[in-house]
Amino acid sequence: MKVVLRNPRREIELAGPMSVVALLNKLELKREAVLVIQDGTIVPGDATLADSDVVEVRPVISGGAV
Amino acid sequence: MKCRVCRGPAVIDVRRQNANYCVEHFLRMCRDQVNKAIEQFAMLNPQDRALVAVSGGKDSLAVWDLLSEAGYEADGLYVGLGIGDYSDASRGCARRFADQRGLELIEVDLLEDFGFDLPSGARAARRVPCSACGLTKRHLFDKAAVQGGYDVVVTGHNLDDEAAVLFGNALRWHTDYLARQLPVLPERDGFPKKVKPLVRLGERETAAYCVLRGIDYIVQECPLAAGNRHLGYKEALNEIEATSPGTKFDFYFGFLARAAALFRPIAEADHQNLAGCLGCGAPTTAELCAFCRLTERATRAGRGAGAGAEVDGAAVLSAHRGPVADGA
Repeated sequence: MKVVLRNPRREIELAGPMSVVALLNKLELKREAVLVIQDGTIVPGDATLADSDVVEVRPVISGGAV
Repeated sequence: MKCRVCRGPAVIDVRRQNANYCVEHFLRMCRDQVNKAIEQFAMLNPQDRALVAVSGGKDSLAVWDLLSEAGYEADGLYVGLGIGDYSDASRGCARRFADQRGLELIEVDLLEDFGFDLPSGARAARRVPCSACGLTKRHLFDKAAVQGGYDVVVTGHNLDDEAAVLFGNALRWHTDYLARQLPVLPERDGFPKKVKPLVRLGERETAAYCVLRGIDYIVQECPLAAGNRHLGYKEALNEIEATSPGTKFDFYFGFLARAAALFRPIAEADHQNLAGCLGCGAPTTAELCAFCRLTERATRAGRGAGAGAEVDGAAVLSAHRGPVADGA
């Protein structure tokens, strides 16, 4: 799957399927600090991302970076 | 995950509420929390003219959207700080938001209207950029609200902001700041009324609100804010929140319920010493308000560097006596 990270904007490729929680653990990110976004909506923590998915991991802490 | 309201598929969890929400009921929860804050702290009357401090970020656009949707008359004020591409992008977000909804956006540009940009002003005044930014925006929002006849200034401070500021002020016992850290500051002594309708929502919720409402806000961080102390406080509180959901809410609302009143006499004492700034007339405890001092130093440094000549102090002061913005 393609994962778009912000601040600065960059992309990484990871093998799916993978749950959102597993993705954030792999990226060493706290769920409270980010939103996972796909096609203009939020992907819940228990969702499974497919190998072909494109998601954005967006920081929500003002001034924060991912 | 299932929505706590309708049991349909949820898109987001709010851990301090031990609840998950679908899109519809998450948006409703956000509206309910804002309405509750407005009522709980008597922030707004239905007939009030509100001036929303707009940065182009998630919180200011969320609160502007929530108030407009609720039927309040709310104009926006954007202050261009001259922070390179970041300011260009944030101004674009603010303008697009206003244009798409037919809302009034007033703009002030620090360089055009006052002769300096924030990075150079902070350097000249030897201030931390976030400090110079904060005092500049507070001054310009206050001034625009008073000159424009607005009843209230609305800011997008959320629960995380308030908890982090409270944490920092309590760590160093800045009692004068603690005395003023309230969700509502009443109009008095030349200052407009100021309110923070997002205090019952965390910043993950305001970001989610924007995503689900299709609000295009600036995600890029301010290049001058990276690594600041406030961000460190937020991270520390989030570490605690991760193992004890609801801590930030209890910390801030516990302060309001049980401690804030203890600091009130300090705020009252500060008001006793207020007088009009010799430069702009704004209320201040010094001869010149902090913004006039910043402007004086910044423009003196700028002219000195450009022309190699000293600047007459009176001329510097008169340079920022004009109107804040068209319509303000």
